[in-house]
Amino acid sequence: MDAGAKATGRDPSHGATRERRGGALDSRLLRYARTTRRFVVLAVAVGGATALLVVAQASLIATIVAGAFVEHRSVTSLRTPIAVLLAVIAGRAALAWAAERAAHRASASAKSELRRAASARVATLGPSGLERRDTGQLSVLMTTGVDALDGYFSRYLPQLFLAVIVPVTIIGVVAGADWVSAALIAVSLPLIPLFMALVGATTKDRTAARMRSLQKLAGHFLDVVAGLPTLKVFGRAKAQARSIAAVTDRYRSATMATLRLTFLSSLILELLATVSVALVAVAVGLRLLGGHMSFEDALFVLVLAPEAYLPLRALGANYHASADGMKAAEEIFELLEEPEAGPTGGATRPAGTAIRIAGLDVTYPGRRLPALHDAALAVEPGETVALTGPSGCGKSTLLSVILGLRLPDAGTVTLGGVDLTDLDLADWRRHIGWVPQRPHLFARSVADNVRLGRADASDAEVAAALDAAGLTEVVRRLPLGADTPLGEGGAGLSAGERQRVSLARAFVRDAPILLLDEPTASLDNETEADVLSAIRTLVSGRTALIVAHRPALAALADRVVELPAALVPA
Amino acid sequence: MSDHPASVGRTLGIAHAARRRLAQASLLGAGAIGASIALMGTSAWLISRASQHPSEASLTLAIVGVQFFGLSRGFFRYGERLVGHDAALRVLADLRVRVYRSLEALAPAGLPTFRRGDLVARVVDDVDSLQDVVLRVIQPFAVAILVGVTTVAAMWWLLPQAGLVLLIALLVSATAVPWLTGRLATRAESRQATARGELSAGVVDLIEGAPELVVMGATDGQLARIDASDGVLRSIARRGAGTTGIGLGLTTALAGLASWGALTLGVHATHAGSLNGALLAVLALVPLAAFELVSPLPAATQALQRSRVAAGRVFDAMDASPVVVDPDVPVQVGDGPHSLALRGVWASYPGSARPALRGVDLDLRPGRRVALVGPSGAGKSTLADVLVRFLPVDAGDATLDGIPMERLAADDVRRVVGLVEQNPHLFDTTLAENLRIGRRSSTDEELAGVLTRVGLGDWLSGLPRGLATEVGSMGTRLSGGQRQRVAVARAFLADFPILVLDEPAEHLDAAAADALTTDLLALTEGRSTLFITHRLTGLERVDEIVVLDGGRVVERGTHTELLASGGRYAGLWWEERMSDRPIHDEPSPGRASPGGLRAAITEGSDTL
Repeated sequence: MDAGAKATGRDPSHGATRERRGGALDSRLLRYARTTRRFVVLAVAVGGATALLVVAQASLIATIVAGAFVEHRSVTSLRTPIAVLLAVIAGRAALAWAAERAAHRASASAKSELRRAASARVATLGPSGLERRDTGQLSVLMTTGVDALDGYFSRYLPQLFLAVIVPVTIIGVVAGADWVSAALIAVSLPLIPLFMALVGATTKDRTAARMRSLQKLAGHFLDVVAGLPTLKVFGRAKAQARSIAAVTDRYRSATMATLRLTFLSSLILELLATVSVALVAVAVGLRLLGGHMSFEDALFVLVLAPEAYLPLRALGANYHASADGMKAAEEIFELLEEPEAGPTGGATRPAGTAIRIAGLDVTYPGRRLPALHDAALAVEPGETVALTGPSGCGKSTLLSVILGLRLPDAGTVTLGGVDLTDLDLADWRRHIGWVPQRPHLFARSVADNVRLGRADASDAEVAAALDAAGLTEVVRRLPLGADTPLGEGGAGLSAGERQRVSLARAFVRDAPILLLDEPTASLDNETEADVLSAIRTLVSGRTALIVAHRPALAALADRVVELPAALVPA
Repeated sequence: MSDHPASVGRTLGIAHAARRRLAQASLLGAGAIGASIALMGTSAWLISRASQHPSEASLTLAIVGVQFFGLSRGFFRYGERLVGHDAALRVLADLRVRVYRSLEALAPAGLPTFRRGDLVARVVDDVDSLQDVVLRVIQPFAVAILVGVTTVAAMWWLLPQAGLVLLIALLVSATAVPWLTGRLATRAESRQATARGELSAGVVDLIEGAPELVVMGATDGQLARIDASDGVLRSIARRGAGTTGIGLGLTTALAGLASWGALTLGVHATHAGSLNGALLAVLALVPLAAFELVSPLPAATQALQRSRVAAGRVFDAMDASPVVVDPDVPVQVGDGPHSLALRGVWASYPGSARPALRGVDLDLRPGRRVALVGPSGAGKSTLADVLVRFLPVDAGDATLDGIPMERLAADDVRRVVGLVEQNPHLFDTTLAENLRIGRRSSTDEELAGVLTRVGLGDWLSGLPRGLATEVGSMGTRLSGGQRQRVAVARAFLADFPILVLDEPAEHLDAAAADALTTDLLALTEGRSTLFITHRLTGLERVDEIVVLDGGRVVERGTHTELLASGGRYAGLWWEERMSDRPIHDEPSPGRASPGGLRAAITEGSDTL
């Protein structure tokens, strides 16, 4: 019943969001989670059945009470309606259970549908589409975030239909017994959402303005606690206790001022619902007194009257369940509807391995200055080129353009003799072995991580690649050797070892083009020497571009290209 | 930090600070539910009496009652919620101050929390979440008990057997049902845990490993993996759906049974003549209305469990004993010039078995500058914590002006020895307010002057709002380099006779780090300074270099001496020259420019 219980001082914004959205069913949910459609049908059926049982229960109670009170009948002579009432009660309980079960089943399916759609979308968005997002937040949203939909499915959506079906049924049935009461209910019910909306609209601006100042007050305590060591250094820590009390007190009065407004709408709800029941009771009582209706009808109407308002009250109380769930769903919808950001390529398959780039400009979204400006590079087939230059000059950006991961803003990029816009990117990438600067390792075995380079590589080929990357010793130390499962992000291996696993991928991939982004960056001197000789074997006879900081790595190249320093903002 | 839930008593005790308002709120809440029960009761009585056609006057009281209960419920509820929230916020204010006082004594060495920002945020979140104890635990239970007892008593008075039926039904649904649903939920959760873990790992790999997956054409394989674990999770959830509805089904059944039982008993009693027939309808309708008070209890039980866990963490923090205790009668620190000395100092963090410092000697005499270098984990920050009396010495002597630090008040030590931390905190307020933490009486001119000294003069004059610029939460509207420089400026304003700079350039890239280091070395000329760093650029300008490793001093001397000796420092120095590569690469166009300082400043102007 407590429509705004969650609107505590901690997060008074709940009260405000309640006014923002109506209660309608989001059509995108029907589109993206098709389970919802079936569930809507089911929810309507449950609503109808509930309405029937509610009416039956009221009618039986009225019959039994009237039988005993007016006609002085015994339990034995009333045993039929008493037994049927018990069955109706059992039916209501079973229906409540079944509806909740159906809701959770539907919710489980809908969550799964949204998760799958989101995963597929993440896959097509690719790296450049993801870089503007908080990836941690995104993975939480896709796993536990959508769980908030449980509340939406089990408590909100069914109530939405109950709130229509039950009152309409009750009004119809009550009209048969007493049209005055039916009219009373029929008039007062629509007033509730109307008045709530009116109150919401008039208080909206005032609450929104207060909410902004509240947010800053709310963060004060965290700010002070996080800054405690600093405050102690400057001898200001003890004095802050008073300011915490003062700020929290200000926060309290500001919150209370907001809540006095936000709680008004539920006051309206409660007031109209109970006053209407009281009016029905008095009206029925007076008509009964005047002999205009039977006791049984009067009791029937009285039992039904509060039931007409119950779903609407429950709907108000469960609004948060809906709001939290829909917020998660909306974030997923946004992801699903996000436009493509990276290059999409064409259908022309590359011929050869030559790389030719001229006049290349790349600017990252949200940055003023380009990461690459008027850059040029040519790598002939079979040639090994080292790419050097001060950090930040755009070396890794250049590699991502060659990999077809980033769309250039200007310039001509011809890869394998085909212009980037026409290039079949998947086919081009099949010819590339790539070692990124900070490789990602997957939560699978070491061997499976290497097989990312080539899925059908045999155990022997994987072992050879691991050996070439200088990992034999490391793998031998692992409890299950190459079959040892790694934790998230390759937990269990050091940064240098992770980089060598990535190198092993390039070995096993055995591709004609190699793009190596500082492959020896995190290695100690001894390992570096081993890995360098392995790289020397690897690059021979292939087209290779190596981003190199260390002279020893650059020495492997036939040619060194130095990128000029990036533009410096003046 | 443990995750043991706090005792129920101590958790509920949090609400003591607002007990009067809490009582008022509970009474108002009882009034609200009581009103709707009474509304049904009096209405039932009204129509029952009306059917006996008495005079209209004899019904007046019942009519007034019905109207009163009908009107009052909404207002009672409104009042309950307002007073309840007010009580919760008062409890919050009280708790925040108490927690702050404990944390103040502990910070930073007494709590591992302070080494990690996310843990600080969690303690704060725990504290804030404890207002639930008022709103969602005590209030619903208090209301349920108040109204439950009254209603059962009233029913008992009408017909004892009916009262008993209602009592049993209410008790079962208030205790057994939440217990059962809680258990079932825990069991379902544990079955899902593995599938959830796999799904989460798969999603993280899909997102974080996107470049590799795309380039190596392995995206479809990863999607198949996710689909597989998603399928497992979905089928477990669908199979378990039946248990989730049990609570609601049982409560609905119990409410119906209570009404049915009371009604049947009432019919029997009416027929036998032991019950006034006009009360029969009351017996049937009151139980239906009374079950409204049970519905918030499962949520209240869950809220109590959550609050106990949160309270457990908060109490752990409050109960920890401070690592540094001031003497009863501290010795006064003189006027200076001041000197610090460590002799054979051992120190360790509470809860850590491994000493972080093992017999360290150090001298900071007036006007001398000492650099402390060494790999991460060597004990450099521990040494800084000892010098500003955040951490006591386990063995050996730490003295200020020859007085052992244990005989001084820690606040007095920190008036002499200042620290710029590795992660200095900027408060979510204006630039000026942040600087005035250093010296409250500073004029705007002084603030602008000190910012110019630390190399932020141009930046400041380019800011539209100047010193009134908001720095954002945790100073996020400033670049890393700007944050560090503001922190240094703040310490300069405080004018500490001795200054400890703990890796001021730690989180900057190489160019910005070297620029800041160069500026700081110039600015601290002639001031007693301990300069902690892991980069060695510019150290030829300090008076002494101390190399720390594994908590021990392994080398000490001037730059020239150490380089000549060819030891550890010399090795580190050559390595830094040879393989000077930044920590991060793109995307950051401004980062590696020759004038790193300038880049760091202009980079920030993008964000401001």
